[in-house]
Amino acid sequence: MTAAARELTGLLTDPARAGEVADWTALVSAARAESLAGTLAWRLAGVPLPREVERLMEDARRASETVRVEALWEAEMARRALAPLGVPVVLLKGTAYAAAGLPAAEGRSIGDLDILVPARSLPEVERALLAAGWEWVKEDAYDDLYYRRWMHELPPLIHRARDRMIDVHHTILPLTARPKPDAEAMIADSAALGNGLRALAPADMVVHASAHLIADGDLAGGLRNLWDIDRLLRHFAGADAGFWAELQARAGHHRLWRAVHRAARLANDLYATPIPESWRIWDSADPLFRARMLARDGWGRQTARGLRFGFYVRSHLLRMPPLMLARHLLAKARR
Amino acid sequence: MKHVFRLKVGPVAFRIGSDWEAPLAQLRRLYAGYPTPEGICDFTVRVEADKPWRRRLRPSVAIRGDYVLPDAAPLPLAQGLLAAEMGMNLQMALGQRRYLLLHAGAVERDGQALLLTGESGAGKSTLSALLGERGWRFLGDEFALLGLGDGELRPFPRAVSLKNAAADLFADLPEERFGPVLSGTPKGTIRHLRPNDAAIAGMHDRVPPALILFPRFGPERPAAVRPVGAAELFMRLTQASTNYVALARTGFDALTRLCRSVPAAAIDYGSTEEALALVDRLWAAR
Amino acid sequence: MAGPRYLADADVLAVAAEMEGLTIVFHQASGQTHILAPPAPQILAALAGDAGDEEQILSRIGADFDLAPAAPAALAARLAELEAAGLVHRP
Repeated sequence: MTAAARELTGLLTDPARAGEVADWTALVSAARAESLAGTLAWRLAGVPLPREVERLMEDARRASETVRVEALWEAEMARRALAPLGVPVVLLKGTAYAAAGLPAAEGRSIGDLDILVPARSLPEVERALLAAGWEWVKEDAYDDLYYRRWMHELPPLIHRARDRMIDVHHTILPLTARPKPDAEAMIADSAALGNGLRALAPADMVVHASAHLIADGDLAGGLRNLWDIDRLLRHFAGADAGFWAELQARAGHHRLWRAVHRAARLANDLYATPIPESWRIWDSADPLFRARMLARDGWGRQTARGLRFGFYVRSHLLRMPPLMLARHLLAKARR
Repeated sequence: MKHVFRLKVGPVAFRIGSDWEAPLAQLRRLYAGYPTPEGICDFTVRVEADKPWRRRLRPSVAIRGDYVLPDAAPLPLAQGLLAAEMGMNLQMALGQRRYLLLHAGAVERDGQALLLTGESGAGKSTLSALLGERGWRFLGDEFALLGLGDGELRPFPRAVSLKNAAADLFADLPEERFGPVLSGTPKGTIRHLRPNDAAIAGMHDRVPPALILFPRFGPERPAAVRPVGAAELFMRLTQASTNYVALARTGFDALTRLCRSVPAAAIDYGSTEEALALVDRLWAAR
Repeated sequence: MAGPRYLADADVLAVAAEMEGLTIVFHQASGQTHILAPPAPQILAALAGDAGDEEQILSRIGADFDLAPAAPAALAARLAELEAAGLVHRP
């Protein structure tokens, strides 16, 4: 854990503490490294700041607005390409938050466009995207086979004119991973956005964000993903007292309760997210997750190397049974 | 980090950290007389070991910071100064959001600015540095910062990076203004030159742009001038800007205003003296 | 035969600058800048917030522009470019 990362989470949670910040340069470097600079800038809007800090926050807000417009535009271009097929197209992650106008989108960095489509529609979706100017990022036989057989998405596509990537998912975790979320139910229960695209239902959105954070990754960029979860939980639970029970049931249905539960505890710990009393249990692994997430110093460097490697191996184990992992690492080493 | 140097150039404050003292000592000497930022720094640059064991064993310097290119190749420690300079350029190119950033040299005379832009190798850097020693005030050789609201340039007088034979053109300047000779860099032999006192003293003055030139160097090419219309200027400057797209509407407004109000020309020249004469003539006729 | 219908955002030309006979358009929906030569801006103006097929487009701009005799082919080519750029789409 480092002071800069802790200060960042503290300030995101309670912007009124801006007056206590001693080293703004360190804070901003940590925020940039965690892809939270735009988020921080929006959280600090209206809070009295030193003049030079305020100007930097204005810059970051301007930059995040461009990011939002570009992400929504990329979604619209995908919609136009896929509209003739008549298949449901569900936006995921940052683009979904922006399109749905959720607080999680405020200032958020958004990179690739992630969409979820029914598994049976994959071939026609692929054809329609290729016809509309997207092309494969890499023409590598092993990677291709790997993606198609074991991953939860098509190999990444990039648009040749706009230079933007799209990840087409047909489920939310790799097929090799042990939890098998019910992707069909996620698509069936998704909600129409005004723009002809869809977003996951609230509980599924939290399940997906938690799976993405805990079950699918090496926790790089974890503070940003955990911030998403904090914003989603506050927003949905604030509007609907029955949300917690629904979330627990839905997470159980997708076999992702452990991930959702842990994500909620971590959000409560780092961002003071209000969660049900009964969810606050002690778990021996939580401190490791916490330390891993806070492994960022005031120069924007990752700290705690050993811990990071541990989580890297863990992320591969989670995705693949050991024999498959060996085959994968061997194929990677040969190239 | 172990060693730190803070530096203010025009409106931009940098924090540069390093695993080693040597590159920062060279930076301090090169930027002697520049202000030290008091509050927050806009950008952080890290001149650090490429891999942890590369701190002592054949030290290899990675260029990192708030904004990074994933495939930036490391440099040997002897070129650590260059790594720091490239790191600052990278932060500006990828992270600058307050000004429209044009890849251009700029100099001032009579309270107005001349911009020199064009492809790399066209001589804009050398020409702006030379003009800065011959009656013009040097504003910058690499990036011109255009105010989004007021359309005025902010000086950004970083050290000039003189490549290969270009250093010979400045042989009469005092040795203490030069950085170390960096040989065998990816761009050949490089020597940095500190701008003169007038450039440093005036780094906080805003200057309205009055003329934009696209120089092109060719030894056998006859000197020539071709006016550049507003639409072509717009197209060329979007290509010369690293943040035009990121600035969205504000960038569009600033650039259309510049292109409609400031005349532009492409100039071909075969020698430095020819170029300086062309600049004088066009400046007088602007 | 009617053929496909096209539509542009009602404000597609709201942020634009004329320079030397060209129209530089800042497209607010995408954040992209496009440099357009005639008759592309006129086609956009004809479709702004008001969908139409090729025949309707020609009748809306026909009075101002001499697209004949290659009009239909030229119009189809311009529409394909505008569609690829995202400035018009099929509603």
